[in-house]
Amino acid sequence: MSWLGQGTQRAGKIAWIVALVLLIVAPFVGVYPIFVAQALCFAIFAIAFNLLLGYTGLLSFGHAAFFGGAAYITAWLLQEKHLTPELALAGGVLAAAAAGVVVGVIAIRRQGIYFAMVTLALSQMLYFFFLQAPFTGGENGVQGIERGKLLGLIPLDGDMALYWFVLAVFVAVFLFVLRVVHSPYGQVLKAIRENEPRAISLGYNVDRYKLLAFVLSASLAGLGGALKVLVLHLATLQDVRWEQSGEVILMTLLGGLGTFAGPVVGAFTVVFLQNYLSDRAGPWTGVIIGCIFVLCVVAFRKGFVGELLAWQQRRARKS
Amino acid sequence: MFKPLSATLKTVALACLGALGLAGAAQAQISGDVIRIGFITDMSGVYADLDGQGGVEAIKMAIADAGGTINGKKIELVTADHQNKPDVAASKAREWFDTAGVDVLIAGTNSGTNLAMAKVAAEKHKIIISVGGGTSALTNEQCAPTTIHWAYDTTALAKGTGGAVTKTGGKTWYFLQADYAFGAALEGDTAKVVEANGGKVLGVVKHPLSASDFSSFLLQAQASKAQILGLANAGGDTVNAIKAANEFGITKTMKLAGLLMFINDVHSLGLKATQGMYLTDSWYWNKTPETRAWGRRYFDVMKKMPGSLQAGDYSAVANYLAAVKATGSDDTDKVLARMKASKVNDMFAKDGWIRADGSMIHDMYLMQVKTPETSKEPWDYYNVVETIKGEAAWTTKAESKCSAWK
Amino acid sequence: MTEIFGVPIQALLGQLMLGLVNGSFYAMLSLGLAVIFGLLGVVNFAHGAMYMLGAYVAWLGLDGVDLTNVQVGSQVFNLGIQFHFNFWTALLVGPLVVGLVGVVVEKLLLKRLYKLDPLYGLLLTFGLALIVQGVFLQHYGSSGQSYDTPEALSGAVNLGFMILPKYRGFVIGASLVVCFGTWFLIERTRLGALLRAGTENPSLVQAFGVNVPLMVTLTYAGGAALAGLAGVLAAPVIQVTPLMGSNLIIVVFAVVVIGGMGSIIGSIVTGLVLGLVEGLTRVFYPEASNVVVFFIMAIVLMIRPAGLFGKEK
Repeated sequence: MSWLGQGTQRAGKIAWIVALVLLIVAPFVGVYPIFVAQALCFAIFAIAFNLLLGYTGLLSFGHAAFFGGAAYITAWLLQEKHLTPELALAGGVLAAAAAGVVVGVIAIRRQGIYFAMVTLALSQMLYFFFLQAPFTGGENGVQGIERGKLLGLIPLDGDMALYWFVLAVFVAVFLFVLRVVHSPYGQVLKAIRENEPRAISLGYNVDRYKLLAFVLSASLAGLGGALKVLVLHLATLQDVRWEQSGEVILMTLLGGLGTFAGPVVGAFTVVFLQNYLSDRAGPWTGVIIGCIFVLCVVAFRKGFVGELLAWQQRRARKS
Repeated sequence: MFKPLSATLKTVALACLGALGLAGAAQAQISGDVIRIGFITDMSGVYADLDGQGGVEAIKMAIADAGGTINGKKIELVTADHQNKPDVAASKAREWFDTAGVDVLIAGTNSGTNLAMAKVAAEKHKIIISVGGGTSALTNEQCAPTTIHWAYDTTALAKGTGGAVTKTGGKTWYFLQADYAFGAALEGDTAKVVEANGGKVLGVVKHPLSASDFSSFLLQAQASKAQILGLANAGGDTVNAIKAANEFGITKTMKLAGLLMFINDVHSLGLKATQGMYLTDSWYWNKTPETRAWGRRYFDVMKKMPGSLQAGDYSAVANYLAAVKATGSDDTDKVLARMKASKVNDMFAKDGWIRADGSMIHDMYLMQVKTPETSKEPWDYYNVVETIKGEAAWTTKAESKCSAWK
Repeated sequence: MTEIFGVPIQALLGQLMLGLVNGSFYAMLSLGLAVIFGLLGVVNFAHGAMYMLGAYVAWLGLDGVDLTNVQVGSQVFNLGIQFHFNFWTALLVGPLVVGLVGVVVEKLLLKRLYKLDPLYGLLLTFGLALIVQGVFLQHYGSSGQSYDTPEALSGAVNLGFMILPKYRGFVIGASLVVCFGTWFLIERTRLGALLRAGTENPSLVQAFGVNVPLMVTLTYAGGAALAGLAGVLAAPVIQVTPLMGSNLIIVVFAVVVIGGMGSIIGSIVTGLVLGLVEGLTRVFYPEASNVVVFFIMAIVLMIRPAGLFGKEK
C-alpha cells in the first residue's frame, strides 16, 4: 500500500527504528524475553503468510503444515542427529521449502477458494503423516530439546542469548521480505494480485511467479516454526493442526492484510492475548478470540496498521 | 507538518505495542513472602469436566483447610487454561517460574502438556505434581527428581482393570484403541497384563481421535467373539463408543472395560448405558465417611460430585502445604525431601508414599458400575470390586527406565 | 463364506450399511453448506456450530425447560413457560430455532460482507463458531449429554448379514427424503428458480419485484436449518457435546468441494459415497478413516478442478 508513498518513506523508517530499539531494550525493562521471542517466531510466520495472501492474493489454508513440519524436522535434527542450531534450522527450512514445492505445484493450478481447499487437503494429509510417524511422538510431541551451541561456539541455553539470536533472525527475515516486496519481482506479484489476466497478457509466466512466492512463503513459515523449537524446547502436533492455519490468518487480518507492519502487530497481539487471557479469562479465551475475529471482519477489516494508514491518507487529503 | 505527525503516529502506535507487551509480560513481582501455587489444566476443551474448574475449587479448599497462611506467609493460587496446547502450557509454566515466583506447579489433564511442563519444572528446579496427566513416561523414561505423579498412570490402570478382570474370568480381550500415543500406551500396558494373567488378546482396532461414529469398529470387535471389549481411549471417544455399543447390542455379548474412565463420563452417559462396566480409578467419593464428607463439601460449591482428579488436586496441594509447614521453607529440595519422607494419609489415600521415581504409591480400586436399580442416590455409581494394594498397581523397578531410580 | 481381501463378505456388507448411515449425515450437512455457498458465495464455517445447536435444542426439549420463574438480577419474572417436547417435535423445532438463528446472523452480520472477498464471510463464520462453541462449553461442559433413542425406533432389525438398529435405518430414510426434497425444491420448482436467479443477478430479479434480500436471508436460514435438522437426527446416535460440530466441519467442507461447490446433487451424492468409502477404510486401514476424504479431495481437484458435478465459473 502506501509504504511507497512520498511522505511516508522517512517516517516509516523512523518508526521501524523505534520499534527495533524497543525490542532491544525490552528484556532489560522487565519484559519476559521468552514471551517476546515466541511472538517474534509467530511474527515471522505471519510475515511469510502475508507475503502470499497480502501481496500475491493467494489464501492458503494449510500453512501450519510448513510451520509445524519444519519444527518437527528441526527438533529431530537437534535431538537425534545432534546438529548445531543453525544447521538444524537450515534443515527445517529446507524441508518446508520442499513441502512448499510439492503443495504449490499441485495447488497453483486452481484459483480462489479451490486453491485454499487444496492447501487444506494437502496439509491435513501431512498432519496425518506427522500423527502416525513415530519420530514425532504423536500427541506428546518432541520434548526437552536442547538448544545447543550456535556454530558450535555460542551456547544458546541462556534466555538472553537466545533472545538476541531470535531477534537477529527476525530482523534478517524482515529485511529480506522487504527487499522482495520492493523488488521488480514483488511488483509483478502485486500485479498478479490486482489483475491476473492482465499480467498474463503482459507476458509474465504467472504460474512460476506464484509458485516461487508459495515456496518462499512456505520456507519462511518453516523458519518461524523451527525457531520456535529453540525458544520453547518442544515441537508438538498443535503446530500442524488446521486451527493453527486459522490462527495465522487471524494474526494477518488483525494486523492488516497487505501492509508490512500488519502481520508483526497482529502476531504480537494474538500471542499476547492468548498468554494474557489464559490465566485471567481461562475458559473464556476461545470466546474472546472468536469475538475479535467477528469484530475484525465486520468493523475493522483493514486491521490495526491498515486503519492507521487509511486514517493518515485521509488526513493527507485534507491538508 | 504532515510528515512529522505521521512519524509520531507510527511511533506512538508501535510504542503502544511495546507497552502492551510490557504490561502483559511483567506481571507479579518475584516474591519471597508468598507461597504461590500454580495450576495449569484444560478448562475449555475435551477434558474440561474431568479436572478444569473443579480442580481449581478443590485446590482452593486445600488452601483454606491449611488456614490460608503458613508461618505468616500467605498462600496464593494462580491458574491458567492451556487449551490442550503444550506450547501454552510450557510457556506459561516458564513465565510463572521466571517472573511470577511460583513455587509449585500442579499439572492438570492432557499428557502432552504434562510432559512439557515437567521438563520446564526440571530445568527451573521447581516441584511439579502431575495429577491429571496419565502417561507413565512422567515417572519412567522422562522421570526427574522434581516430578511427582500423584493420582494415576496408564500402568496402574492396566494392572488394575487388565489384571483383575482377567483373573475373574475375562480371558479373551479385544481392544478399541484411540490412534494416538496415549491410547497406544493404554492398550500396550493392558495387553501385557492380560497375557501375564493367562488371558489372550484377540485383536485391536485403532480409531482416529475424535471419531464420532464407532459402529463399524464395534462390529469388528463383535466379530472377534472376545469376552471383554477394552476401551483404550478417553473422554468423548469412550462415551460415544459406549453409546454405540449399547445401541448395537454389543453389551449383551461382551463386557465393556473402560481403561480410562471417570465418574463424569458415567454421569453423562447414565447408568442404563454403563451398568456392569469395569474400570479402575484412584478414588471414589462414596467409599468411606471421610471421602463422603469431602465429596459433599465439593458438591456444595460445584453442584456435582468430584472425580478422582479433583480429589487428587486437593490431596496433592494439602500434602505440599503440610511439607512446607513442617520444613518452614518453600525451598524445592527441602520440601521434596520432606514429601518423599512422609506418608500420605488423607481422604485421598491411606499409607501412600512417594517413591524414588516420583510415583505416589497408593491403592487403586477396580470398580464396577451399578445397575440403575441398585443406585441409591445421584452419583452413587460404583461398587468397589477389588482393591489393588500399594506397589502392586505401579511400574516395578525391573520395568522402569527411570534414571533416578536404579 | 466368501472373503474379499481377507474380510468376510458379510462383514463388508455390514460396514457398507453403516457407511451409508454416516453418508446420510454427510449428505445432509454438506447439502446445507452447498446451498449457502452455491447460492450466496459464503463459506459457512459456522455450519458445525449450527449442527450442534440443533442437537442441543432436541436435548433441551427432552430434558425439559422450566422458565416458570426467571431471575434477572434481583427481579424475578413469572413467565409460566414450561416446555418439554419429544423427538418428533424436535424434528420441527430444532431446524426452526436454528433457522431463526441463521436469520439473525445473516441480517446483522453477513449482509455487510457480500460485496467483499469470500474470505471475509469465511472468517466471520469461523469467529461465530468459536463464540457459540465456547459459550456452550462454559454452560454445559465438555462431557456432553445423553439423548435417548425415541421409543418407536428403538430396537434392531436383523438384516441377515448384520443387525441394524432401527434408528439408523430411519436416519438413512429421513436423510434421503430431506436431501432429495431440497434438491427438488431448488432445481425443479419456481421458488428454487427464483432463488437461483436472485443470487446470480440480484438487481435484475429485484427489478421484477421480487424481494431479493428476503430470499437471501431465507436461503441462509434454510441452510442453517438443514444443519440443525442433521443435529437433531444425530442426537440419539452420538453424545450431544459442544464440540460435536468442530470435529465434523472440515470433513463436510471437503465433501462439498469434491461434489462441486455450487452443486446440490454433487454434495448429496458425494456425501453418501464418502460414507461408503469411509466404511471400507475402517475395515482395511481404520486409522486413516478420518483423513481419507482429503486424499480423495486432492485427487479430484487435480483431475476435475470444479469438483465432480461442479461447473467452473
